Amino acid sequence: MSKLRIRVDQDKCQGHARCKSLAPELFELDEYGNAHEVGDGTVPAGLEDKAWLAQTNCPEIAIEVTEE
Amino acid sequence: MSDSPSASFLPEHPPVTDWVHDFDHTDPVWTDDPFPIWETLRAASPVVHTERFLGCYMPTTYQAVKEIAYDTEHFSSRRVIVRDVRPEISARAPPITSDPPEHKPAKQVLLPPFTPDAMKRLEPRVRAICNELIDEFIADGHCDAAARYTKHIPVRAIAHMLGIPEKDGDLFIKWIHQILELGIKDENEMMSGVREMTGYFMAHLEQRKLAPSDDLISQLLRAKGAGGQPLTDEHVLGSLRLLLIAGIDTTWSAIGSSLWHLARTPADRERLIAEPALIPTAIEEFLRAYSPVTMAREVMKETTISGCPVKAGNMVLLSFPAANRDPAMFPDADKVVIDRKENRHAAFGLGIHRCVGSNLARMEMQVAIEEWLKRIPDFRLDPAGKVTWSEGTVRGPRQLPVLFGKNA
Ligand code: HEM
Ligand code: SF4
Repeated sequence: MSKLRIRVDQDKCQGHARCKSLAPELFELDEYGNAHEVGDGTVPAGLEDKAWLAQTNCPEIAIEVTEE
Repeated sequence: MSDSPSASFLPEHPPVTDWVHDFDHTDPVWTDDPFPIWETLRAASPVVHTERFLGCYMPTTYQAVKEIAYDTEHFSSRRVIVRDVRPEISARAPPITSDPPEHKPAKQVLLPPFTPDAMKRLEPRVRAICNELIDEFIADGHCDAAARYTKHIPVRAIAHMLGIPEKDGDLFIKWIHQILELGIKDENEMMSGVREMTGYFMAHLEQRKLAPSDDLISQLLRAKGAGGQPLTDEHVLGSLRLLLIAGIDTTWSAIGSSLWHLARTPADRERLIAEPALIPTAIEEFLRAYSPVTMAREVMKETTISGCPVKAGNMVLLSFPAANRDPAMFPDADKVVIDRKENRHAAFGLGIHRCVGSNLARMEMQVAIEEWLKRIPDFRLDPAGKVTWSEGTVRGPRQLPVLFGKNA
């Protein structure tokens, strides 16, 4: 299966924190509640569904998921 | 009634007969059941207009709501309630009434106390509040859940955060009613609510200056605004007013609508009891389907939204609730699907004004529903009672009579 990578667009993220609650392994929040991908955004095997779940629930369409 | 104490009321609104060209979100028909009205408006146009409220548009689709929420150049937040009157702007409440560039610094001072981690620390107190409330009525087998339960949770939670007595909650509820509901039609009620609230908080500010602590009021007094300067008293007071106005009715409504749904839907109740891990997903669906908060903007410059011309000088009724019922965005938009997988709902707004309290509100909703279902797993609407809904900007049940226990 192809590897997924996620990235949070900092200009779009408004800190709804949906991603953090759906996929806590993949996102972290700063002191203002805005999200960043954990590490370089590589999605560990087994967490692909959570990555897509976060992507499809972000109200600001701020999460990009790419297949490598 | 000649001896009415509300002589300053503007004339009552005539009933609506043509929703598409003359909509009115304070009409009793809208208050009671707005969903079919939104469907009619959406079928007519992505943006509709009324001459009421001195001229007001309403975007009816998710797309149109989003375009306006993202466009801070043509749409200002300086007025965030659609009202009959448009008086000079006096009591400002940054960041909700701010536009760029002043919005960002005003918002950033409020964000750190409301992160999900901060809410985790508050959660045990909220759980205890819910149980204290349930203790008071569980033996009765019936209660008005809006008056006895949902109303008090947000008040006590925010009071706890602010470091003010939880028992002052009834005062807050009165001021908010004056500002959000009576104030739409009556300027005097609005001003008197604002004045009393400001006086109350001024006293607390003075106290914190003498004896600082680590509550939210003290944190705001310590915070640095734009340019590293401490915030002015006026700014802190505005923010405190805002947290109360924005944080109480809204969450009260959201918890109430969730309970109302569960009272009428045994299958969903049973499923959440069997699968409590689904509760957060169900909460997002309740937020979508029964979004409590409608905001406003003022059109500053002519533009087009979803192809419709929009002219300066009008207000905009920014209905996140109607956006969340748009079938172009949500399949089966009028169904409540408690395990809905894709749910980019806009109940907490879109763009820079995203609700500061969204993590608090979600935590309160989750805890309130969890604790209720644990102790009152089986309940239904009281057929002898009447459910009533608030009018205007924030929609939720204000009377919610339910039966349970020996009456279930
Ligand atoms: C379920 C409950 C709630 C709902 C549905 C809700 C909804 C909203 C919405 C739609 C906005 C966007 C306003 C706009 O675009 O003009 C907003 C803003 C705001 N809300 Fe909430 N809210 C809730 C609870 C709370 C709570 C508990 C607090 C704080 C204690 C709060 C504080 C704020 C503040 C300060 C803003 C202004 C943010 C800004 O302008 O940047 N809200 N809320
Ligand atoms: S859900 Fe989207 S907007 Fe919200 S914090 Fe995550 S990336 Fe940001």
